[in-house]
This record gives sequence, C-alpha cells and structure tokens, in this order.
Amino acid sequence: MDTQNQPKNEDSIVLTGLNKWYGNFHVLKNINFTVKKGERIVICGPSGSGKSTMIRCINRLEEFQKGSLVVDGVAMNEDIKNIESIRREVGMVFQHFNLFPHLTILENLTLGPIWVKKMAKREAEEIGMKYLERVKIPDQANKFPGQLSGGQQQRVAIARSLCMSPKIMLFDEPTSALDPEMIKEVLDVMVELADEGMTMLCVTHEMGFAKTVADRVIFMDAGEIVEENKPEPFFNNPQSDRLQLFLSQILQH
Amino acid sequence: MSKFEPSPSLPAPISTIGPIAWVRKNLFSSIANTAVTLFCIYLLSVIIPPILEWAFFNADWSGTTEADCSKDGACWVFIGAWFNQLIYGDYPIDQQWRINIVLFALLAIISMQYLLPDDKKKTIGLYSFIAFPFVAMAILYGGFLGLEVVDNNYWGGFTLNIFLATGGILMALPIGVFWALGRRSDMPLIRIPSIISIEVFRGVPLITILFMGSVMLPLFFSAGTEIDKLLRAFIMITLFQSAYMAEVIRGGLQAIPQGQYEAADALGLGYWQKMYLIILPQALKISIPNIVNTFIALFKDTTLVLIIGLFEILSVSNNALQNSKWLGGHHIEGYVFVALMFWVCCFIMSRISVSIEEKLNTGHKR
Repeated sequence: MDTQNQPKNEDSIVLTGLNKWYGNFHVLKNINFTVKKGERIVICGPSGSGKSTMIRCINRLEEFQKGSLVVDGVAMNEDIKNIESIRREVGMVFQHFNLFPHLTILENLTLGPIWVKKMAKREAEEIGMKYLERVKIPDQANKFPGQLSGGQQQRVAIARSLCMSPKIMLFDEPTSALDPEMIKEVLDVMVELADEGMTMLCVTHEMGFAKTVADRVIFMDAGEIVEENKPEPFFNNPQSDRLQLFLSQILQH
Repeated sequence: MSKFEPSPSLPAPISTIGPIAWVRKNLFSSIANTAVTLFCIYLLSVIIPPILEWAFFNADWSGTTEADCSKDGACWVFIGAWFNQLIYGDYPIDQQWRINIVLFALLAIISMQYLLPDDKKKTIGLYSFIAFPFVAMAILYGGFLGLEVVDNNYWGGFTLNIFLATGGILMALPIGVFWALGRRSDMPLIRIPSIISIEVFRGVPLITILFMGSVMLPLFFSAGTEIDKLLRAFIMITLFQSAYMAEVIRGGLQAIPQGQYEAADALGLGYWQKMYLIILPQALKISIPNIVNTFIALFKDTTLVLIIGLFEILSVSNNALQNSKWLGGHHIEGYVFVALMFWVCCFIMSRISVSIEEKLNTGHKR
C-alpha cells in the first residue's frame, strides 16, 4: 500500500473505497474522503443519497462490506472491543433526539460518564450541569424529556454527547425535526462548538450554517460523493450539473 | 404599546357541570339513550332483589351443621364450617400461624414499595422479592429452629393457590426476560433453542404439561429420588408462564423505537448495560397491562393442580360438597365463595398495576 494512503496523524477519519449494500441495493459507492482533526464538514444531498448511512458507518451503527474506515487511528472492523472504545470518542446527535424518556435530563446526561467511563456520580453530575449550562437550559435538569420542547430536547442531546468528551461529533440532520423558531437555538450551540475546534461532520439542509461554519462541503447523490469543495466555491461556483440542480431547488427559500 | 392582557376566565354555566349535568348527558341525552336507561333500570330491579334475598336476607349465617341450613337462601354455614380447609387445606391447625406469617411477609414486601423512599425501594424490593420464595418454603416446610416438619402433602386451600401463583410470578418474570432476549439474539445457537422451547411450552395445554411434569421430571434425576409433587407442579407452572411472559416481553421490546437502541450504542454502552438501563425499563413499562394479564391468568390456572392431586381451594370445595355430612346441595355457595376469593385477589392485582402505571407515567410519548 503506498504511503499516500496511510492515515496520517492529523487525520481523524479516513474512508477509503467504502462500499455498502443493503441486500442487493448498492447504497454507498466507492466513498473516499478524509477528515482532518478540527475540521468541520457539512454533507448535503437529496434524500436517499446515503449521507446518513455514511456517517452512521463511522460509529458503526451501520456496517460496510467493502473498503476501509479508520477512525482516530483505529481500523473499524468486526472487533467488538474496538467498536465500543471508538463509540466513546465519537458523539452522535440524531434527527429525532433519542433522549431516554424514563430518565430525567440530568440522568440522561450522566448515564454515559457513570456507566461507560466509570465516573463517580457526583463528578458526572458536575459535568452534566456544566454542559447543561453551556446549552443554556440548566433549570430543566430534573424534568423528563417529554416535558421539554423539541429545541430544548435537541440541545440536551448535544449536551449528552458532549458529556463523554468526544473527539468527533456526528450530526444526523439535527434540525430537520424542529419547528422553525427552534432551529436557531440549536444551530447557535453547534456554531459555538465549531468555534472551539471540535471535529464535526454534519448532515444538514441548513445551508446558512454550512456557509458560516464549514471548512468543506460535500454533496452526495445516489450513494456517491459528487462534489466536494470549500463553502464559497461550492455554493457560488458549483461544478457538476447535479449540484447546480440541487442548489437551485433548495436555495429558493 | 399596551402589554397583552388575556381576557379573564369565566366559570362554566351550572347546567353543564356537576352530577345533574352528568346524568343528563350520559343517561338521558336522547330518546334512544333514555329508553336504554329505563330498560336497564327495569333489568336491575328484576335481577338484584332475588340475588340479595338469596345471598343476604334469607341466608343462614350461624350454625355448625347441615341441620342449621334452612332451604330458603344461601347456607353460608357450609362455608363457615369448611372455612379452615378452604383456606389452609390440611395444614395442622396449630401450625397455621406459619402460613399467616408468610402471608403477612408478602403483604409487607408489597406495601414497602409504596411506603419506602425512592432510593431504598429498588434494592430492598429486589432482595426481598428474590429471597421470599425460599424463605417461605423454608418456614412452611419446617425442620429447623424447632419448627415441626409439615409434609408438602398437607398444604392446600387458597393459600396453596396464592403461594404457587406468587412463586410462579416471581420466577416467570426474570426467566421470561432472558428467554425473550434469547429469542431476539443474533446468535442462532441461542435463538433457535429459545424459539423451540417457547413454542413447546406455549403450544401444549397446561394440564398436559402438569401431567408430563409428574411423569417425566423424575426421569431426569437419578432413579429413586422422590421429587416432591408440589415442586413438580411449581416448576411446570413456572415454565408455562415464563413462555407466555417471554412473548409478552418480546412484544414490549419490539415497541421500543430503534433510535433508543442506537442512542445507547452511540454512547458506548455494552449489550447488558443497554438492556438493563435503557431498553428493559421501557419495555417492561409498556408491557405492564399484558404482564398483569398473564399473572392473573396464572393465578387462576393454579386450580389445575387438582388434577395431579394437590388440594387447592377448588378441590377442597368439591370434596366438601360430596361430604356425607353436607349433602344439602350447596354447590352455588361453594362456587360463589371460590369465585369471590379469586375475584378479590385479581381485582387487587389490577388496581396495583394501574397505580404502577400511573406512577411510571413520565410523559413518555416523544
């Protein structure tokens, strides 16, 4: 294998020739890209293009059949021990929040640190409250997820991932299930996170966010990466027809 | 610009709230409704007085023998005379305080769940529920601390139904959980035997299983070991109920959104952590009506042990009816009494389940 393809130290995530099939359906076709530490990547594309599937491969919520995926220097393969240790370093925020409804907000936040990182309860609660203040809802600590609005729940979900001190944060359409007036409060948290240097991969339709925060924007369609560029040339000078069509459709409003 | 002041809230008109409004709306709202209401009132007036006369006004309450039974109404003397056997079976009367202690302990464990503060409740509850069957068996059988040994064949009556059911319930829930998890496992070596065993125990009538247990269980142990009849019945009833419980819990597991499993995985939780902390609490909570249903069915199924010669309440009642000293035909009193005993216990179980559901209702639906 030539040295060009060896993952370098500053590389956070390296996908090489990644292919995935659902049965006979070829959902990811020959994905190649690299994410450096501290980079912020936005992935956009029409639905069904495989963008969510691709980032879910990174913490092995989805498995792939061909190619290689190296996260933080660790090759992702069948080894269970690897998977759990990687998941500790990779935080994920879901479209439908996925908070644990039978636990209070604070318990949601302290679950990971207590049971995965074996932290003492008091220390975990301090960390939980710190991140709850970061996302500006410390007064909700003892409520249940069902009592919070969508925007608040998503902010809790972000805080929950941050409590594990991850190196990489994955966002799978974090604002797609929110009412418009709540989108801003979640995006503000994500912008702050980006400013602090967190490595982020974000699948989103919020193009304003992409223009503000992203180092690179990736366009996927039908399972492959069609175009990849810095935000300025990506939006103002799209090279491929498919991207031009996509941008004309979503930048209407 | 003036601040937005919402208009004051007014009280509702009198004719739309209160008991009169309820009667108007629910019983007499339309011609058809009124007709049905009047018909129901008529039906009740025809059915209830004769029942009351038979059960209370013309009934015989005091006395000790058949001679005290007049032929007019219910002869509760019959129940009174047989009461001790109906409840305790043939357990020696001077030792029945041991049964009472165990019953009291059971009530205490259940009430602790309502009275103790939250953090102590879980651990104390868990240990006491696990220890209870063994402690109960030890006390009832005896043979230590000066407690006289009472052979299992003397147990009987309603307390036998209660103990078989309680023990069965306490064992069926954890066994059912593991069985359900096994059935959903990715590993064929675990999944296939789980499926086969669940379908075997579900697909065969309980009576058949009880017979099979009586005949087959001794074969699994070395020749000559006498396995207690009661133990055989208990094992078979428990396995039968566990199979049902496994399917009930599997339904609950399927109802948990995939996102919960994924969020737990994304945090880095291991399989058992995920099940214990996230999935099972939610699955069990959703399944509470179904679980209690299965318990109630198990409780009533305990009457079937009369087939293998254990004298629970129904068989005591049948024996009493055929006793030569009580040939006045008191079948109705007997069956009404047995039905009443079961109904009271099952009703208590239902109310407990409703209170558990209300307590756990944390506004689940998001």
